[in-house]
Amino acid sequence: MPLSPNKSRAGVLAAMLLLLAAGRAAADTPADFARRFDAEARKLDPGQGDASAARGERFFKDPHGGEWSCSSCHTANPLQTGRHATTGKTIAPLAPAANAGRFTSPAKVEKWFRRNCKDVLSRECTPAEKGDVLAYLRSLQ
Amino acid sequence: MSPARALALFALSGLVSLPAAADGHRYPVDNPAYRSECGSCHVPYPPALLPASSWDAVLAGLQDHFGTDATLEHAAAREIADFLRRNAGREPRTPAPQPMLRITGQRWFAREHDEIAPRVWNRPAVKSRANCGACHTGAEQGRYGEGELVVPK
Repeated sequence: MPLSPNKSRAGVLAAMLLLLAAGRAAADTPADFARRFDAEARKLDPGQGDASAARGERFFKDPHGGEWSCSSCHTANPLQTGRHATTGKTIAPLAPAANAGRFTSPAKVEKWFRRNCKDVLSRECTPAEKGDVLAYLRSLQ
Repeated sequence: MSPARALALFALSGLVSLPAAADGHRYPVDNPAYRSECGSCHVPYPPALLPASSWDAVLAGLQDHFGTDATLEHAAAREIADFLRRNAGREPRTPAPQPMLRITGQRWFAREHDEIAPRVWNRPAVKSRANCGACHTGAEQGRYGEGELVVPK
């Protein structure tokens, strides 16, 4: 016997909800990255791993003896749209509150920390530094 | 545009060997790996605007790509190299001693933009010749036609 329209509609709805739940479970969140950076920092030095938004803000705005700081491209207010310091191309906001796509993909997070830390510090960032920057970005509303 | 001016422009474009665009200055930039890996810091430049020898040189130097480390994962590097070579522009008739790495350093680029005054290039909204999207509002999708040209004040 074919399903009544009501039943089939309920079935479609249930399937959609399931898909949604699966999608949510699979995607990383900024909080996941915060936990990961803290754990990695602690593994290197048990005294570390307590990320600080204030330390992250100072780190973000400091040129670290070079030409650029993080804010050169991402602005001093990462809730706003940034601009590449050389090419002038617009860069979507970095703070998760302004851009829900940020800190959801491990591959992207790893790639951009690696590239941009080299741009600013001429080296890669430590897990503690990444944790601080993320704590700062998550503190912005 | 008058027919005479159109004809003159057509003839000129042949002389300066502006890369052939299939349809009114539209170029393919639709490869997802190319867009995400190369189109974040600058617009995804049309592969047709440099010859394959130049793209090969760009890819070989990504560890110091105009001052930044733009190295790629192996799979992405291969896909992007294929895409660039497939859609690259013509090689110069007289090979340069060093491959040209800058689209903006080619003669046709200067000719195409010779009416743009230095003060326009220097406007904060433009900032750089690499910032195609400042005036070419379709640059993100590879469209460089005059119809979509808006020079910011």
